Order: sequence, then C-alpha cells, then structure tokens
Amino acid sequence: MMDPPNLMNGEVLPLAEVASIPIAEFREEIIESVERGARIAAFFGAGRKNDMVQLVCVLASDRHGTFSIISTQVSGHYESLTPVCEQAHLFEREVFEQWQIKPEGHPWLKPIRFQPPRTGKTSGNGPVGVCGVTDFFSMTGEDIHEVAVGPVHAGIIEPGHFRFQCHGEMVYHLEISLGYQHRGVERAMIGGPDKRTIHYAETLAGDTSVAHAVAYSRAIESLAKSRVSARSQVIRGIGQELERLANHVGDMGALAGDIGFLPTMSYCGRIRGDLLNATAEICGNRFGRGLVRPGGVGFDIDSATVGRILKRIEAAEDDAESAIALLWNTPSVLSRFEGTGAIDGETCESIGLVGVAARACGAERDVRKDFSYGIYRLSHIPISTWGTGDVFARAFVRWLEIQQSFAFVKDQLAALPAGGIMEPCGSLAPSHIVVSLVEGWRGEICHVAITDERGRIANWKIVDPSFHNWFGLAMALRNQQISDFPLCNKSFNLSYCGHDL
Amino acid sequence: MKYPAGPAPELPPLFAGKPCVDASKCGGKCSKCVEVCPTGAISVGVAQTGPMLDIGRCIFCRECEKQCPSGAFSFSKEFHMSASKRDDLVTGGGATPIPLSLTRSIPKVFSRSLKLRQVSAGGCNACEADTNVLGTIAWDLGRFGVQFVASPRHADGILVTGPVTENMKSALLKTYEAVASPKIVIAVGACAIAGGPYIGHPEVYNGASGVVPVDLFIPGCPPHPLTILDGILGLLSAIEKSG
Repeated sequence: MMDPPNLMNGEVLPLAEVASIPIAEFREEIIESVERGARIAAFFGAGRKNDMVQLVCVLASDRHGTFSIISTQVSGHYESLTPVCEQAHLFEREVFEQWQIKPEGHPWLKPIRFQPPRTGKTSGNGPVGVCGVTDFFSMTGEDIHEVAVGPVHAGIIEPGHFRFQCHGEMVYHLEISLGYQHRGVERAMIGGPDKRTIHYAETLAGDTSVAHAVAYSRAIESLAKSRVSARSQVIRGIGQELERLANHVGDMGALAGDIGFLPTMSYCGRIRGDLLNATAEICGNRFGRGLVRPGGVGFDIDSATVGRILKRIEAAEDDAESAIALLWNTPSVLSRFEGTGAIDGETCESIGLVGVAARACGAERDVRKDFSYGIYRLSHIPISTWGTGDVFARAFVRWLEIQQSFAFVKDQLAALPAGGIMEPCGSLAPSHIVVSLVEGWRGEICHVAITDERGRIANWKIVDPSFHNWFGLAMALRNQQISDFPLCNKSFNLSYCGHDL
Repeated sequence: MKYPAGPAPELPPLFAGKPCVDASKCGGKCSKCVEVCPTGAISVGVAQTGPMLDIGRCIFCRECEKQCPSGAFSFSKEFHMSASKRDDLVTGGGATPIPLSLTRSIPKVFSRSLKLRQVSAGGCNACEADTNVLGTIAWDLGRFGVQFVASPRHADGILVTGPVTENMKSALLKTYEAVASPKIVIAVGACAIAGGPYIGHPEVYNGASGVVPVDLFIPGCPPHPLTILDGILGLLSAIEKSG
C-alpha cells in the first residue's frame, strides 16, 4: 500500500483521503508501525453501515512528531492484534463492546465499561449485564486469597472495582474493572457541536477541564479553519500549566498522606488550593471552567489580575519548594517510595504508557514537545524524566514538572502579547477528520473528530491518558505488598470518569 | 479559618455565586435565555411574571448572563445556595439567601456528630475534589463533628455526587440500605441534583433523588468548598432547631 500521509497535530484531512485498506493490511500496518516505535493513540469504531463497521487507527510517531490515520471495514470478527501488540489490548475490548466486532484470539475479551452497544446517536438495548459482574482472572492453591475492593471506596474517590489475587501479603495479579462512571458522553456529542458540547469537554475529567477543553477547541478550530490569537494561546498555556501545578502539588501531598507523612500532606493540600484559586482569579472557577472556548478564551487577564496571580503563585512556589523538599530529605519517605511499584522501560513501551508514568520510566514522551501546539511551539518546556519507574520516579518527575510549570507561568504572565481573545469559529468542514493531541497533567489527551457531510459531528473519539495507563497500575502491583496499593495507585492517580466517558 | 464564627474566606472577583433574575428587566419579548441554557435550567411560562431559573440544574456557565439582551440575569457573590426542598432552588429573584427548611423531621443527635459515607456516581470528579478540600487543615471539617467514614455501617448518611449512572445505581442503593436508619442523604453538585451536563442521557438517572430520598441539595458545578461547608452546616443547624 501507499504510505498514508503524515499529519501534524491538528491538521485536518478529508475523509476521502484516509487510507482505507483491507483488514489484513490494517493489522500489518499497526503491528509494523508499533514495532518501529509508533504508538496507538486511538483505535475505534467510527460507525456501522449494514454489516460493516469502520475501524480507525491513529498511529503516533513521537520521534517525528507526526501521525498517520488508517482505516478498514470489518464485519463480525478479525484476528486480534493484542497477542502481538499489547497496546491494542483495551482498545480492542472497547471496539468489541461498542460494535460487537470480535477480535479473534484476544487473550482477555470482556467488557470495559458495561455500556450498551453503539448504534450511532442512540444506544442499543442489548443486554450488557451488571457493571463489574464478570469473570475475573483468578488463582487457586493453598493460602491463595482474593481481595475485592469497590466500586464504593473508603474515601472520597471515584468508583472502580479492584480484584487482587494474593498469596499472603503479596499481590500476584490485580485486575481493574471500570465503567461505573459511564454517562454516554461520546454518544451525546454526535450531531453537535451544540450548546452542551463544550461542557462535555470540560467534564470529561473534571480535574483536567482546561486540557480537555483545549484538545476539543483545537479540533473545532482546525475543522473551522479558525485562527486563535497569540494572546489566547498564552492564556491557554497559563491555564494548562496552572492545572498541572494544582494537580501535581495535590498528588505530592496525597503521596505523603498515603505513607503517613503528615507535614508534606498538610502543606500541599493547602498549596493545591492556592493554585486552584489562581485559576479562579482568571475565570472565577477553580477548575478553569469557562476559560477555554473554541476560537480563543472566555476571559482576558488584565494587569491587575496578572499582579494577583503572580503574588499567589510566587508564594505557592516558595511553599511548595520547602514542603516537597521535606520528602527528599527524609530517609523514611525515600525508603517507602524507592523500589515500590516499579515498571521497567520495556513494559512501559509495550503497553504504551503516556505522561508522568511514562516519563518516570525514562521515556522522553511529552505532547508539548513531540507534537507541539499552541504557545508550546514558541515557549518550550524541557521534558522531565527519571529512569527508575517506581513510586519515587513518578513523584520526582512531578516535582521536576512543578518547577518547570512555575517558571513557565511566571514567564508567560510577564509577556502577555497584545490582541483580542476571541475569534468565533464558523461552520466545520464537512466530511473531514482531525486528530488533536494535548499534554494534560496525566499525559496524552487525544480527541479525534469526524464530521459528516453537513459539517456536524459524526463521531468524536476521546482517549484520556488514563485509558493507556490503568493497565500500568495493574502491572506496577505485581509482586508488591497489597498494603502498598494505595501508594502505587496515588502515584498514577488515574481518572475513572476520563476512562468511562 | 475563622469561618463560620468570623468572616468567610475571600472569594475570587469573578466568582459565580447564586444566580439572580431581575424580572423587571426582562422585556418578555424573547426567550434567548431558554435557548442558550445548556441544561434547560431556565423557563419562561405564561403564568409567570418573569423567567424562572432552577439553581439545581444550573451549571454556572453564565451563558444567560452573557446573552440576555436586557441584562435580566446576573451571578451574585452569594455562596449560600443550599436547600432542603427541591422547589426552593427555583428562583425568579435576587441574591437573598434561601432559608433552609427541612422537609421532614431528622433526629437531633445528628446535629453534633454526623458521619458520612461518600458515593461518587457518574460525575467528573470535580465535586469529589472540592468535597475532599473540606478535609484539608484550613477547612478542617472535623471541627464540626462531620467526618467521612470508610464503611456505610459507620455512617449516619451518605453524600452523593454525580448524576447516578445506570452502572452505579445498584451500588448507591446498596450503600444507602447498608446505612442504619435513621439516615440522611446529601446531594452535592448539579449532577447529583438534576443530572448536570448529562441531564436526559439514557445512561443516567438525572440525580440522586430519582434513586434515594434527598435531605439536602448543594448546587454548583462544582460547588465551591465554601458552598458545600455552608450547606452541611445549614442542615446541621436546621436539625438542631427542629428538635
């Protein structure tokens, strides 16, 4: 086959130019691309015509900063990719659940969200069973026992079910069963954009409102051939980095809390709030709701606000530095972080980890650099990595990123370009596809938008970084004490609602 | 934090508190507010003197404020918005806080010590995040005798977030049933009150009250921690007075 075109982040492609190839070639292309270092950024069913379901795969090459889109038509079943390409594992299960296309030979084929089959805008009425009621991987033998946790948890946490296979304290296997937060967002986006669509984007994962809204808006702007002012790009950058700061600082506190190290927990809990309040200085909302809108931003930053935000974040930076330094200077903290929940670089690559979890395994993977977009094309943020793949690495990469984000926000606030903040978008190009990648604080956010012949949303695929990384948490738990689960879990801090959609 | 004995923590200048409707400004000539509201929170009926806004459905996007040609909508700085009666959240008026009146008699014992089990049921995790904030040192929810506990058997009630998905209905019901009677239910956020941005989706139940009886509604998307704290304290005080 001819090589599919290499696309840049946010570059639109007419649907007619998407390489549609037979399933055998489609499989081969995915397997070979992944062997050459590409990652599956998205893999989904894009609609059914008669018996045929269209499968679309977005293959991202971090090295080249480009991706290719390939597609195929399948009916009934095809040979599973997962046995030879582990990254496909959850994607193939999703396609099976939504479109009943069976990947033959998939080693662990079962629902991921317990959602009804997709039949376009409406959801089907097929029997989906009860969420979480399914066969779990199990072990037998003397002294083997199973621990089941969730969906309702002991704290204030989103719902999910965790099933541990243990021998004594040792976890041999953890299986994670989600879907409890499934609220039908992708289905509801079909036919839009309408007055609700931006709110869906902002609530895909409520702690990542800004980054998801940027991913959504960039896709809309590309399809509408709309330009975003330099000032808006900078304000979006500030919003994204404040979001990263609040979450990373919150996570440092939560990691400290999970090992009973109260000073850092207490400080960081408060500093996180100060950072959320810095975002609220811009738009009134601590989570950045209303900040990002297709065509620009919903709120400008005047010089008085610049002063207030700077004052807040300079104080937060000093406080964060001393609160987090306590972690690195305390041997009992390091002994709990180091070596716990380690993932090796090979596993990281084979299962396709993204974001902090990948960078903690030494992978230099960051959408802000690899598929640069917005203000990051002009103001570069160095990638922060650490090689040990353990809880320590995931904590330390966060700390490195906290320092980079503070510096970035201060620089950008000092040099806000002049200009407007909103250029309303016109109608969307009909029958086009666009892939929009954004580096959220957890990692790569991928939105794939497909328009119909009237320029309405025919399909909107969302891949939250958590979709890639939940399996990483399961792998990190192998051969760990079950009492280390909360610590390992917090070191990933993945989104349930971002996965469940 | 000096609140509630002293002043409340400072809110950002652009904070969107209780939405206000000024019926005298509404010309009644258009229904722009109804058209732009993403969750159907606004109604203009013939029998009404002006538009009515359901704070329980409102996601505080301020679209009505931006789009109304006669400026009939505004968002006040009032953080007190909670109600025990669902109908009390439907307003055609200003920023004056709604007095919290209980819909049923609740045993006075809860007013000094309230242990809650939290059930997250299909939202976006923002309500959970800002409920968690109440556990940090500055807010220190424990000083009011309110605490989140690790088992429904230890709880006096549940605090629900999210629109209640089909996939969480059974877990919510089981948790509710596992809490010993008498018990209370608090719904936090637009989703748990009316479905939030997901209102009308076949995958959700449009809030907790479709599944369990609710004693306190705390509006917001998400509510500010101050609104959540104020709501819980308001309920405790109403319980204290009712006895």
